[in-house]
Amino acid sequence: MFQVRIHGRGGQGVVSAAELLAVAAFREGRHAQAFPSFGSERTGAPVVAFCRIDDREIRLREPVARPDALIIQDSTLLHQVDLFSGVPPAAYILINSTRSFDELGLGEFVMGLDPRRLCTVSATDLAMKHVGRAVPNVPLLAGFAAISGLLHLESVIAAIREKFPARIAESNILAAAEAYDAVMKKLAGELHA
Amino acid sequence: MLKQIEGSRAVAEAVALCRPEVICAYPISPQTHIVEALGEMTRTGELPGCEFINVESEFAAMSVAIGASAAGARAYTATASQGLLFMAEAVFNASGLGLPIVMTIANRAIGAPINIWNDHSDSMSMRDCGWIQLFAETNQEALDLHIQAFRLAEEISLPVMVCMDGFILTHAVERVDMPTLEQVVAFLPPYEPRQVLDPAEPVSIGAMVGPEAFMEVRYLAHAKQLQALGLIPEFAAEFKAIFGRDSGGLVRPYRCGDADTIVVAMGSVLGTIEDVVDEMRGEGIRIGALGIKSFRPFPLAEVRTALQQAKRVVVLEKSLAVGIGGILSMDVRMALSHVSLNCYTAIAGLGGRPITKTSLHRLFADAHADRLGRLTFLDLDGKAVDRVLERERQTRRSGPIAENILRDLGIVGARL
Repeated sequence: MFQVRIHGRGGQGVVSAAELLAVAAFREGRHAQAFPSFGSERTGAPVVAFCRIDDREIRLREPVARPDALIIQDSTLLHQVDLFSGVPPAAYILINSTRSFDELGLGEFVMGLDPRRLCTVSATDLAMKHVGRAVPNVPLLAGFAAISGLLHLESVIAAIREKFPARIAESNILAAAEAYDAVMKKLAGELHA
Repeated sequence: MLKQIEGSRAVAEAVALCRPEVICAYPISPQTHIVEALGEMTRTGELPGCEFINVESEFAAMSVAIGASAAGARAYTATASQGLLFMAEAVFNASGLGLPIVMTIANRAIGAPINIWNDHSDSMSMRDCGWIQLFAETNQEALDLHIQAFRLAEEISLPVMVCMDGFILTHAVERVDMPTLEQVVAFLPPYEPRQVLDPAEPVSIGAMVGPEAFMEVRYLAHAKQLQALGLIPEFAAEFKAIFGRDSGGLVRPYRCGDADTIVVAMGSVLGTIEDVVDEMRGEGIRIGALGIKSFRPFPLAEVRTALQQAKRVVVLEKSLAVGIGGILSMDVRMALSHVSLNCYTAIAGLGGRPITKTSLHRLFADAHADRLGRLTFLDLDGKAVDRVLERERQTRRSGPIAENILRDLGIVGARL
């Protein structure tokens, strides 16, 4: 079973991100379970959502305490919330930021972790560019597909088309494609480094 | 058709397939998504022949459902928590009058302190109201149970609550197999009321009944619930023949055959329990689980049959009878009259406290070794409780408990 934990703030599409991930996995014939942590339902308040993906029926209902992947939609949470709680060394970590892990002050934390599993994506910029709103969830999911290889970009795109009306879907797909390419390039750079 | 959708959406689609004629509801978390979706389906014509009535309160919602049902319409509503409490008088009336309304309870705690998260306090507060209460383990079962609920309600002319864990199920996006309208039509015949307000054949419904017949009317309500004990498995079998899957029924034993320890529970926590059972079985521990699917009527004989060979039973329940302990436990113990075994009650998951595999492993291991107390509160923060008790010993005006606990724990506003 593969478990994803997504952190962000109310209004950034955190719950939708988990749902899109589950739909994308479902489209690849897998079992998936997405659920939010239902904190205070206020814009700007810290929000967590989870997604489990497996090849058999998922019965477990506890929150994800030991995620295989961590997606951080808002880097200002780094100083507010214990985002890395229970995150094992082998986890994928994806952060929405124009800065690197070092520049975010996480250099020490990620020392010894697999650099091919760590990535920052300027997801808000990509969302502003293509969608016109600061919703970093879709570019980050595409980035997750790229870094983890767990899902095809096509499945993420199909999930976007299922979830959003056509016009919003198409602009999100452009953001997703650019994020996917950006992460693939970073990974290629990492391999050559 | 397989779909990856939110539990609330799945239930709304299943209810729509049952072709209700009147839906009346008042929004309350975590039920709201269900009636929102049904409201939209009514507006767009996706749910033809149905009137969606906005009401001013839960009391009005149930009152409208009663009126609609008495007039011969298939009626549906949904609520949770304080909403169920607010409609309480009408809830008793619906069952007392024998009107086959179906209502979803998106299970949520009851305040004070106010809490929007899941436990079973709301359904349990209405356990003796005369409604049938079915509990869903998964979203698939939740949607299936709604289809069965209309059939059962209308066959015996009693209302049915389908209870599903708020947020944990209602807001979870998972795979469901959505039946076709043809399948549902084959299972659920058109509503043929046993009593109806019909100007062509006038009757009155809701007589005042004095001491000369009240006992008999109440006894008949009980007799009808006992009839349901026969119908529930019958309809579940018929359901399986048409839809191809097991859903509902009275109880569901899981690896109970040779089990020394059996865990009894209701609702979505059964999934986590079954995972733990598998892991403990892997360590050679003979443990099983028994899911109670029908809480009212309570299947005393089936529970007894499933449990009587075990050495001990742990009833894990998401509700608390303040002043005594378990609620489900009392019924399980009644089923085990004259059976000699150890019976433990574990109160868990109140107000949305996560029930984790780690904690269940510890709990079940303690039970298996018979070192568990009769009544346990899973993951209770004993230090926080002691601090409050100590403060009350020291200070006369010790202040409000909820606020004090939050301050002690350093929680301001929302916590992750």
